[in-house]
Amino acid sequence: MIKAILIFNNHGKPRLSKFYQRYSEDTQQQIIRETFHLVSKRDENVCNFLEGGLLIGGSDNKLIYRHYATLYFVFCVDSSESELGILDLIQVFVETLDKCFENVCELDLIFHVDKVHNILAEMVMGGMVLETNMNEIVTQIDAQNKLEKSEAGLAGAPARAVSAVKNMNLPEIPRNINIGDISIKVPNLPTFK
Amino acid sequence: MALKMVKGSIDRMFDKNLQDLVRGIRNHKEDEAKYISQCIDEIKQELKQDNIAVKANAVCKLTYLQMLGYDISWAAFNIIEVMSASKFTFKRIGYLAASQCFHEGTDVIMLTTNQIRKDLSSPNQYDTGVALTGLSCFVTPDLARDLANDIMTLMSHTKPYIRKKAVLIMYKVFLKYPESLRPAFPRLKEKLEDPDPGVQSAAVNVICELARRNPKNYLSLAPLFFKLMTSSTNNWVLIKIIKLFGALTPLEPRLGKKLIEPLTNLIHSTSAMSLLYECVNTVIAVLISLSSGMPNHSASIQLCVQKLRILIEDSDQNLKYLGLLAMSKILKTHPKSVQSHKDLILQCLDDKDESIRLRALDLLYGMVSKKNLMEIVKKLMIHVDKAEGTTYRDELLTKIIDICSQSNYQYITNFEWYISILVELTRLEGTRHGHLIAAQMLDVAIRVKAIRKFAVSQMAMLLDNAHLIASNTQRNGICEVLYAAAWICGEFSEHLEEANQTLEAMLRPKVTTLPGHIQAVYVQNMVKLYASILQQKEQAGEKEAAQEITQLMIERLPQFVQSADLEVQERASCILQLIKYIQKLQVKEVPVAEEVIALFAGELNPVAPKAQKKVPVPEGLDLDAWINEPPSDSESEDEKPKTIFHEEEQRHSRHRQPEIDEEELARRREARKQEQANNPFYIKSSPSPQKRYQDTPGVEHIPVVQIDLSVPLKVPGMPMSDQYVKLEEERRHKQKLEKDKKKKKQKKEKRGKHHRHNSLHTESEEDIAPAHHVDIITEEMPENALPSDEDDKDPNDPYKALDIDLDKPLADSEKLPVQRHRNVETLKSPDSEVPLVEKKSKKPKKKEKKHKDKERDKGKKKEKEKKVVEEEEEEKKGEDLDFWLSTAPPTALTPQPQSEPGMGTAVVAESQEVKKEEREEQDEEEEDEGKKSSKHKKKKHKKEKEEKSKDKKKSKKKSHHSEEEPLESVQNGTLEDEPLPPMSSYRLLAENPYIKMTYDIQGNLQNDSQVTVSVIFENKSTSFLKSMELNVLDSLNTKMLRPEGSSVHDGIPVPFQLPPGISNEAQFVFTLQSIVMAQKLKGTLSFIVKNDEGSTHEKLDFKLHFSCASYLITTPCYSDAFAKLLESGDLHMSSIKVDGISISFQHLLAKICFHHHFSVVERVDSCASMYSRSIQGHHVCLLVKKGENSVSIDGKCNDSTLLSNLLDEMKETLSKC
Repeated sequence: MIKAILIFNNHGKPRLSKFYQRYSEDTQQQIIRETFHLVSKRDENVCNFLEGGLLIGGSDNKLIYRHYATLYFVFCVDSSESELGILDLIQVFVETLDKCFENVCELDLIFHVDKVHNILAEMVMGGMVLETNMNEIVTQIDAQNKLEKSEAGLAGAPARAVSAVKNMNLPEIPRNINIGDISIKVPNLPTFK
Repeated sequence: MALKMVKGSIDRMFDKNLQDLVRGIRNHKEDEAKYISQCIDEIKQELKQDNIAVKANAVCKLTYLQMLGYDISWAAFNIIEVMSASKFTFKRIGYLAASQCFHEGTDVIMLTTNQIRKDLSSPNQYDTGVALTGLSCFVTPDLARDLANDIMTLMSHTKPYIRKKAVLIMYKVFLKYPESLRPAFPRLKEKLEDPDPGVQSAAVNVICELARRNPKNYLSLAPLFFKLMTSSTNNWVLIKIIKLFGALTPLEPRLGKKLIEPLTNLIHSTSAMSLLYECVNTVIAVLISLSSGMPNHSASIQLCVQKLRILIEDSDQNLKYLGLLAMSKILKTHPKSVQSHKDLILQCLDDKDESIRLRALDLLYGMVSKKNLMEIVKKLMIHVDKAEGTTYRDELLTKIIDICSQSNYQYITNFEWYISILVELTRLEGTRHGHLIAAQMLDVAIRVKAIRKFAVSQMAMLLDNAHLIASNTQRNGICEVLYAAAWICGEFSEHLEEANQTLEAMLRPKVTTLPGHIQAVYVQNMVKLYASILQQKEQAGEKEAAQEITQLMIERLPQFVQSADLEVQERASCILQLIKYIQKLQVKEVPVAEEVIALFAGELNPVAPKAQKKVPVPEGLDLDAWINEPPSDSESEDEKPKTIFHEEEQRHSRHRQPEIDEEELARRREARKQEQANNPFYIKSSPSPQKRYQDTPGVEHIPVVQIDLSVPLKVPGMPMSDQYVKLEEERRHKQKLEKDKKKKKQKKEKRGKHHRHNSLHTESEEDIAPAHHVDIITEEMPENALPSDEDDKDPNDPYKALDIDLDKPLADSEKLPVQRHRNVETLKSPDSEVPLVEKKSKKPKKKEKKHKDKERDKGKKKEKEKKVVEEEEEEKKGEDLDFWLSTAPPTALTPQPQSEPGMGTAVVAESQEVKKEEREEQDEEEEDEGKKSSKHKKKKHKKEKEEKSKDKKKSKKKSHHSEEEPLESVQNGTLEDEPLPPMSSYRLLAENPYIKMTYDIQGNLQNDSQVTVSVIFENKSTSFLKSMELNVLDSLNTKMLRPEGSSVHDGIPVPFQLPPGISNEAQFVFTLQSIVMAQKLKGTLSFIVKNDEGSTHEKLDFKLHFSCASYLITTPCYSDAFAKLLESGDLHMSSIKVDGISISFQHLLAKICFHHHFSVVERVDSCASMYSRSIQGHHVCLLVKKGENSVSIDGKCNDSTLLSNLLDEMKETLSKC
């Protein structure tokens, strides 16, 4: 089982948090802080596994993480998950994000956390891996987006226009924090099909 | 209409959406909280509006705020509103918010039941999908109960997208509503073979999660999973299945045997490291479950270790980490294979990655031995010095202590060394494990008597240098050691050489800066010290010195009296008064020392942590019985308990009497002492029967290196413990030399008999004698402590509820609750809360609903029918499991236990229990060989044997063989109910007052030139038997299989020791060339007898008799094959006749079957044909006829010599009847 999925940036700002076990909001924040503390002090080129934060229960659990540009993707899993399998899953997740957002960067995650949640929901459900095939995930996401668009229809148009204007007014949004090494393949790991 | 909508959206287009909120927060970095609280106010306003789009937008923003740590549970009702929006866009937002913040405590959650049900049956698959996803995060027991049936229906949805989600969510439903597991399980199982790989994967996922918690219920699925494993190409699925098998194998060793081959293939073939790693892991689990030291699977172990080495050597840190992780699993059962990679693991200690270093540390724990402990710890100490970061250093510290203290300090040969290691560790800066070190110091000083003198001197030093330890307030953790130091110095003050100095050190003003609890111990132990000094001075007649010391106490104690810590203050003022009184007496020249010292008389013994728990409930005491009757309401109830109580009393009084008796008490105490003395696990302080180290011959005479204790070992440039390493090396060297000398001497003295034994001595682990004799005092346990060590299982384990037998057919009562319409009279039905929502969304639903319900009911019926069929199938499968497991893959492919020639070790020993299992397995395999006909017999015999040998050990109880005999007779081809007398194939090998050996010889089916001799060693004496070695004089034809590299004169050590009255079994493998003749081999068992007086060398000669029957293997044969064999004509014939047979024909056949390894082919009246096969493939056919008082046996066999020998043996057996 996956106990939690966290995404935060190099400064520990949460970009997505998904807990498959109930924790109070305060505990959730504590867990995020603790996890960030554990993960951020590790060098690059060390292994991607970490034995337990204290808060997310027990010795059975492991933190499995990957660091992409400015973001940490952390999965907290128990012993029934394969460590390398989860690493691969993170890769699939990031690649899927890359596809759905077209060259994903931290800002996409900041402003569209709901979409990230939707993508994640197609991969992991209630802490169990639902789908690992990227094409399948993307197909479902596209279909849902289409459905959303058709529902918005005429009524959605002005809202979109306004939001475009709003974005234009704000030149400070830099799109250059690109995740350059997003396409890194896991060494020695043929992707799951 | 459209215009209105457009207008509405124009109205809200200047509302903040999620992006605006995020942007706003980013622009208000300084007053983020204030800004957010503003936003929340806005959101509250938005939520009050009627427009669902506005509400959805608000909820969306709330979800974001939730991530930032804001509690949004107050909006739960609004979230439900958004969830019930008709548009997917909004619904999704609602469900997302719900999944983030709903939980079992959310009270409005019950309002969602109907909404979710509606979404689940929505024609739009994404509505269903989003509902399932949301539900998976916040399902409650109520929701699970009410929706289980709907979800189960979805498991057969036409769209795989829904199916896989429905399958996956079932796991959550099971967790919350365990009653649903059995009704839903057949369908879940069906999904394992779903055409869609995603659905299949989901089903595997769910069953794996279920099976991980309660594996035994899922054993019957093993064949199905096995099929999936060999057919699937989806690595995710494969990994899950392989992990599942890892959980199943411990329950069913036969499964493991079956798995090894496909797993090995996968290991060789796969290119995916993740899969490879999981395969290795499961192979390890299989090997652990088979383990018990059989040399059978060493090839697989080698393969695993080799693959893991590749992983560890890989540059990818992840693989390195996992390799080490898996290695530690092998370590538990096959430490030898891992130990050979010590170099690699030590290398990993230097890795820059902390996770890897920690893993390597874990491995070290299992790799220590007496020989290398010092070396390894030295390495670790170097790492401690180098380590950056306190976490890792603390970890190192705990590991060092763990490694040294493991299994009761098993590997420590020199406790002085250990104490100095501990003292060195106190110099660590900023550790928070001071208390750990302190605990170790106390433990060692209390339990290892011999070390006290040294320990006290070291502790005195610590106290003297307390300022170094306590100087830095930051280093609070380490000052804990002063607690231990003070206590040890006080308690064992008689060993203190410079007591005065230590006392002064303890009275320094600086001490008052220490934490209160430490000061308290200081104060208390100062008095102990003072008392012993006083005694010393008084005895020496130095009255003035005695008075001086009293004066010193009186001067310094007030500083503690002023302490803020209550405990310190109280103790100090109490003691101050006491000493003032002493001073008065001293002035009057009254000797006081004796009385003062009496304050601390007696020794404190350590008490085992579980001692209290293990106090047995005395017989006759019923803890549940009332002591005083509770006031009862009715008379009828009153009567019953009264009688119980009455009886209770009687029983109690019966037991009382002997207990009061003083003599009886004394006698019991004596008996207990006796028992403790004989118990190897109870190690007493006084001359113990278990001075484990003392017994190596000759060690007593070795001069122990004397270390001048008053001078702390300090060699410039070298930490203290290193000195010990050096000393230890020297000592060992000396010891060895000494021993060699001894050996030579002994050789000269006693030639002949003892000659061989001495030459057999090898420098093994055991032989390293510790520097000083050490008594490890064990913790005290209550008398008659209960041996049971029931593991404290968590009663609240949520998975426990899922421990459900899935193979039982479904009962009617187990159907899932089906949602019905309200006019059906089910008042107590679980949906009583439904109306709430129904009222809300009222009319349009009702018709729809009725319609649907009807449909559903129809579906239900069909399902039920289906279910019945499924169940039947399932049951069949359950029965099939045994068959499936017993049909092992082609024997040529499975690595067979004994089939590998030249295997390293030939000796096998294990506990009787494991043995039985192993044997059964073996039998199972043999069974396959002979095409499972009527052949459980052998197994039965074996069991019988086990029981017999057990019976022998304990005084004979009732014979309980009656149960087994009928079965046996059936298997022998008869149906007579007449019970057979118990039989044992174990024959006496040799016996003397110390030991009794019985043996049995079994042919090895896989190897035509090997037999296995199982010898049961029974310790008949009251002494401890150890270092047993068995050796035989090989003949040309028959040889004992010895470990590689040992000569024919070397004996094979028996891999266990025997406490008094215990018996154990070891196996020895012999190779032979010809089997047509019986063989006799002479041999000797040498062993060391250890008792209170000391230890002596004993030996026992024996003759090992290999009868021809022992080369035969019971092999069933069909009558047609039997007839063909007889017709073939290439068999030699011979016959015998035995007179004076009185036993029944059935008994006679049973005897032949049992003792000569035959099986009955056919039996007609008093005539039977029997068959057996030798390990080298000779067929042996018998025709047994019974006359009045005689039996004639005609035999046919490929080899005439073998036949005549066999018949001779049979004659002997029968003539005894």
